[in-house]
Amino acid sequence: MSDSENKSSGGNGLKWVGTRQVRPDGVDKVTGRASFGADLHVPNMLIGKVLRSPHAHARILSIDTSKAEALTGVKAVVTREDINDLPSEMVPAGEMMVNYRDITRNVMAREKVLYEGHAVAAVAAISESIGLEALSLIDVEYEVLPHVIDVMESMKPDAPLLHEGMITQGLEPAPEKPSNVAKRVEFAIGDVDAGFAAADVIVEREFNTKPVHQAYIEPHACLANVAKDGKAELWCTTQGHFIVRGHCAKLLGMDISKLRVTASEIGGGFGGKTVVYLEPVALALSRKSGQPVKMTMTREEVFRATGPTSGAHMRIKIGATKDGRITAADGLFHYQAGAFPGSPVQLGCMCAFAPYDLENARTVGFDVVVNRPKVAAYRAPGAPIAEYGAECVIDELAKKLGMDPLELRLKNAAKEGTQTVYGPKLGVVGLVETLEAAKAHPHYKAPLGKHQGRGVASGYWFNIGGESCATLNMSEDGSAHLVVGTPDIGGSRASLCLMAAEELGIDLDKVHPLIGDTASLGYTFLTGGSRATFATGMAVVEAAWDVIDKMRERVAKIWDIPVDAVIWEDGHARPASSNAGAFEPMSVADIAAMANKTGGPLVGNAAINAQGAGPSFGTHIVDVGVDIETGHVEILRYTAIQDAGKAVSPGYVEGQLQGGAVQGIGWALNEEYVYGEDGKLQNAGFLDYRIPVCSDVPMIDTVIVEVPNPTHRYGVRGVGETPIVPPMAAITNAIEQAIGIRFNELPMSPPKVLAAIDASKGPLADAAE
Amino acid sequence: MSRTKTHVATTINGDAVEFLCEPQQTLLDVLRDGLHLTGSKEGCASGDCGACSVTLDGRLVCACLVLGVEVNGHSVETIEGMADGENLHPLQQKFLEHAALQCGVCTPGFLVAAKALLDVEPDPTETQVRYWLAGNLCRCTGYDKIVRAVLDAAADMRAS
Repeated sequence: MSDSENKSSGGNGLKWVGTRQVRPDGVDKVTGRASFGADLHVPNMLIGKVLRSPHAHARILSIDTSKAEALTGVKAVVTREDINDLPSEMVPAGEMMVNYRDITRNVMAREKVLYEGHAVAAVAAISESIGLEALSLIDVEYEVLPHVIDVMESMKPDAPLLHEGMITQGLEPAPEKPSNVAKRVEFAIGDVDAGFAAADVIVEREFNTKPVHQAYIEPHACLANVAKDGKAELWCTTQGHFIVRGHCAKLLGMDISKLRVTASEIGGGFGGKTVVYLEPVALALSRKSGQPVKMTMTREEVFRATGPTSGAHMRIKIGATKDGRITAADGLFHYQAGAFPGSPVQLGCMCAFAPYDLENARTVGFDVVVNRPKVAAYRAPGAPIAEYGAECVIDELAKKLGMDPLELRLKNAAKEGTQTVYGPKLGVVGLVETLEAAKAHPHYKAPLGKHQGRGVASGYWFNIGGESCATLNMSEDGSAHLVVGTPDIGGSRASLCLMAAEELGIDLDKVHPLIGDTASLGYTFLTGGSRATFATGMAVVEAAWDVIDKMRERVAKIWDIPVDAVIWEDGHARPASSNAGAFEPMSVADIAAMANKTGGPLVGNAAINAQGAGPSFGTHIVDVGVDIETGHVEILRYTAIQDAGKAVSPGYVEGQLQGGAVQGIGWALNEEYVYGEDGKLQNAGFLDYRIPVCSDVPMIDTVIVEVPNPTHRYGVRGVGETPIVPPMAAITNAIEQAIGIRFNELPMSPPKVLAAIDASKGPLADAAE
Repeated sequence: MSRTKTHVATTINGDAVEFLCEPQQTLLDVLRDGLHLTGSKEGCASGDCGACSVTLDGRLVCACLVLGVEVNGHSVETIEGMADGENLHPLQQKFLEHAALQCGVCTPGFLVAAKALLDVEPDPTETQVRYWLAGNLCRCTGYDKIVRAVLDAAADMRAS
């Protein structure tokens, strides 16, 4: 009998995994007891505030902080002089890479300010009101420079340069002149030209999307406390406190082991809390003042100074034969990076046509800097933009071919063995299953009324693994403390505890989770890439097996038989067979109670770099109603279908599907960054940057498909990101069916829809008069 | 900006409370930074997100839109006062059972707002729930499970 069979708690007869349970952190969150980033208070604490650039683009000539420093109650002022200048060095942050040369300049402007809201200086004072007064006393002399906001404008030869020495990477030969184009990427398989030559029908369209913000409800917040000997503690709201530790130590020249970072409860992130903004500044202020410093962003600061995702311009061309076989797909993508290089255009290029089994495909992407805040990851970064364009073209192609859009997708669906444009072949995936589920769903056949339409779209996201640690500390009563290092952003503690309870064979209420700080367990990569339940889940299973092995050893000693003769089954150590002897099975509680007499405390550990993440495909169906007098698009019905591999905690998987779909609805219909001619953001608040509210949406039906990921013990795939991919195209396709107008720009907000209806000059425009 | 503090006597979750606050400080500032009742959250400070929802003499308000000095002589209820000793309020229980929270930062505001709804309308329709809660932003859940939890709690409360 192999080791893993020894430890099995039994095939499909799962007791905990896949059940709906109250989450372990739930009571704290419904009573106000949970402690988020801004909720910590410590004695002698100062309040830190940031001075931000009023200009979209300017050279900093001088910064005079003397008057601010002289104000009673001000304890420290920091500028670029207090943060290390760093050379170019790429480091991972979620699915995206970041450059230390740029992070240090984004945290505190050095030579230039590159967007309105760029941090220029910061103060720590005994109260917020004194801190704000101190900001007004800092004199910054700027030389205002011309700015550029639009991605296509920024690519023109005469555009104002953000980084005077930046030469486009990925071009052969390398250009001699600097530009705002940071990088060109290309992926290709087969022969696209030959593919289009073989096509009977070709659709080619251009699309534009606007930057949208993750709009987590909790603004960035932290509390830094640096001791005189350089030892420091940092409390912050983040998706990855080990990442924060690395970045802060680098930016401040600190010894990494002297900085202990604790992740608070996190009030949403969606990728936006994978980078640092306030954290190094708070540490610098605390180091200078010798007191703890708390910093929180206002909502306005969140909009102006933290990363939305890219706005983009793209051109998509897809060809197919008369019978609906796609012969070629070609995509050209220009993504805004914000003020520093690093848009998710490469990921967009990789995902654009991923739902299709293609012989000939090519994607080319450009990463372009503009005078906007540096983009950050947002839920499947890059994919929703590229797949939006592709899924709209697929829909139009289906119409031209006279085919049902689900049938066209089924005919060309990616499956096991499909060659991706970016290299590997797909393993076991569940796209076909989601398409079949969509076809069979009553929603797909329900009747529609006047000016109502139905749209579908599919979506793909890779998902990732990465470094995760887990520790199971067994108590003498047989209960367990589970320590992990992935902040819980959407219920992962519940999933991890379910897996621990399943493996150990103890009740769920005997497993108590804790998100450990950076000193309490080994390096753990951030919560992102839909990796927490998958990768940390793998670590939890390994930690459980580790402690189960130790318990078998203890029992072998007690029974005085070889350890191989003790098996683990249903949460008990049992003799492997009657040959091993006749012993009463021992439970975890029995073994734990005797731990001190059999060798000491029982602890299980795992430290892994999880491999084998399973991609997740989804297919969404949406019905819209268009008010042709106002241009308002109402979401009438929505069904989100996705392959979860295995839904460990189904209520929270449904929640991911619903939440992602509604974020996509906001992206499709309302959300956008609005800039004036002056390069300043005009809607930096929730009143004018309107995310969907409760009355904007209907119930979001979900269908969880389970095509297990073969590399995970329970078949888990990441689920969090894919659901934001299909909505924008599905809604565009639905609006086309409702009113016969195909939009090629997001958001499809009422003024834009109304203008398009008016411009249509057909019966619709007459009816709207 | 004046930093001279004003003395305020009020009632919070049934307890007589006195505090000093600067004239520009909001009720939310006072609750969170002065009294360390951090269950009420600041998501926007402009009355758009509802994360700081509390009741003032029974009326649902955003604590970020009320000045600290304004609550002198009035009664404030916050999320910290919602459970009855060891027993969760039915809304709190239903939020847990329905998985009506993900990150949980908007949850206190939704619960306070939902309780205020059920106080005036014990049998709301889905549409009434959706419009009443339209002042509370949630970015995680898509609202589906929140609405279900409120409707289910209302049904339970009517039955008991």
